[in-house]
Amino acid sequence: MSKILEGLYYSEDHEWVKVLEDNIVLVGITDFAQAELGDVVFVDLPEEGDEIVQGEEFGAVESVKAASDLVAPVSGEVIEINEDLVGEPEKVNEEPYEAWFIKVKLSDPKELDSLLNNKAYKEEISE
Amino acid sequence: MIQYNKMIFELSKKDRVGYSLPESAFNHYSLSELGNDYLRVEEPNLPEVSELDVLRHFTNISNKNFGIENGFYPLGSCTMKYNPKINEEIAGLRGFRRLHPLQPVSTVQGALKVYYELQRILSEISGLYEFTLNSYAGAHGELVGLMIIKQYHESRQDFKRNKIIIPDSAHGTNPASVVVCGMEVIEIASNKRGRVSLQSLKEAVEGRDDIAGMMLTNPNTLGIFEDDICEITKVIHEAGGKMYYDGANLNALLGKVRPGDMGFDVMHINLHKTFSTPHGGGGPGSGPVGVTEELEKFLPNPRIKKMDNHYFIEENGDAIGRISSFYGNYLVALRAYVYLLTLGKENLKLVGPYATLNANYIKNALKTAYQLPIDGNCMHEVVFNGLINKDNDIKTLDIAKRLLDYGMHAPTVYFPLLFPQAIMIEPTETESLQTLDEFINIMHKIAIEAKEDPDKLKDAPTKTPIRRTDEVFAAKEMIFSYKDYLAYREERDQ
Repeated sequence: MSKILEGLYYSEDHEWVKVLEDNIVLVGITDFAQAELGDVVFVDLPEEGDEIVQGEEFGAVESVKAASDLVAPVSGEVIEINEDLVGEPEKVNEEPYEAWFIKVKLSDPKELDSLLNNKAYKEEISE
Repeated sequence: MIQYNKMIFELSKKDRVGYSLPESAFNHYSLSELGNDYLRVEEPNLPEVSELDVLRHFTNISNKNFGIENGFYPLGSCTMKYNPKINEEIAGLRGFRRLHPLQPVSTVQGALKVYYELQRILSEISGLYEFTLNSYAGAHGELVGLMIIKQYHESRQDFKRNKIIIPDSAHGTNPASVVVCGMEVIEIASNKRGRVSLQSLKEAVEGRDDIAGMMLTNPNTLGIFEDDICEITKVIHEAGGKMYYDGANLNALLGKVRPGDMGFDVMHINLHKTFSTPHGGGGPGSGPVGVTEELEKFLPNPRIKKMDNHYFIEENGDAIGRISSFYGNYLVALRAYVYLLTLGKENLKLVGPYATLNANYIKNALKTAYQLPIDGNCMHEVVFNGLINKDNDIKTLDIAKRLLDYGMHAPTVYFPLLFPQAIMIEPTETESLQTLDEFINIMHKIAIEAKEDPDKLKDAPTKTPIRRTDEVFAAKEMIFSYKDYLAYREERDQ
């Protein structure tokens, strides 16, 4: 059974969003997503300062099975990327909720309301 | 040599030579005259071995190979049918083997006749007006086809058309070819029936004047016939685009339905799939491209034409140009020609039905143990989404590896991307009922093992020369040559 944490926001594209402080969030992929992908071998991240747009691709994650786009769950400016994942992409499999991809300064915090909570996401993946 | 596991470099002995040559008559040339830019900085690391060393090495390695001639090979989307030996016999004839592409045309009339007639046969089979055999493989054919579509729009001064629509079930080569051709992809979703959603298609083209065309495989990669095909081609044609048919799955339709009649304007055929030419080692392939009469003038040069009883080579000014130095992989085309004439029209019409029957037989026999995401009849191949019973966390990869222990090649896994545990089985028409039953029994046995003894799957394969490979390591460490390997080893040991 996939692990789903309380207190995070989730997108239908299997990303989680964790609010750190006002308008600053971390973005990663869920336990369900990493299990579906299989062993992750490469993570392609945007650069600091890039603007991401909700629903649009901001990077890619490659596993032994396939390469998949990362779809932005929120819009805003990328203020930090998790450099560790470049050298150790396996962290995405080991601790999906620790291995954040990007830190984002939200341009429209209301977008968080369009995401799912843990219960709704649980229903989403059990379908 | 049961467990042969040497690299040829390990057989190397310094200064050993496997030949004896007379003294060079060209010793007045000096390498230094070439200029420094062309001189190697370090000596190449080449194995120094005798002829017998080479022969033994590669014979021993070849014994580890698994091919269609060793056993069942249900690799989906690849149409691994048996390649009749008569193909090889004819292609081995001295008259064909010793041809040179620059020979005078009057001395190669027979060879040109084969080329010309194969073009005509492919036209008849596909319902398209004219073919070229010049493209070297399926993906090359895709690129050539897209270049023709681009040239068509540009010849009409319509320069804004640079979008190609591709369904999410497409082969990965489709979007890649679009990008290589300098165009952009619009991806559309499949519907619940595993087919192109007409609704998404209409929405994708609505109000746009930059649609260059659409690429479609039919039956698609789920082995399902796109039954809305006439409506699909109509939508694209009304939007001003051309329809491209990816011929990867043509085998299912042979003698029954023609892409040209479905409304396609351009297509490629994989001779190495549908028409039984060699498959192994990535080639040599052949991907003939066919077009409608309207697009004929854009076909790449050189063209083989016939006037009265004489065959000649033509260069056409409207063509997209050359895409090969000469006439493609000629001897591969010859094998396809032999295959077609050997079967004849009557038998060719049985290929699609038998391929479809075999796939449906497997589908029905396995759907009690493997999850069938889309019900209903399939065409030449069937896609499952892993086991129905998910208790022991057995993945499609484990099933595929376990099959190797039973002496069968694994089906295609993790494609198409629509289902996370996709396993894609294409038996082709050349397998007997006994072979299909044997495969079905083994697949059921594996499903039981998955429940009762899951380690048997997780540890598989145990009987192959190489056990489970470390895919993460292979994807992360870029070791492509012996030199890379030595560098890697040195770094590791430090």
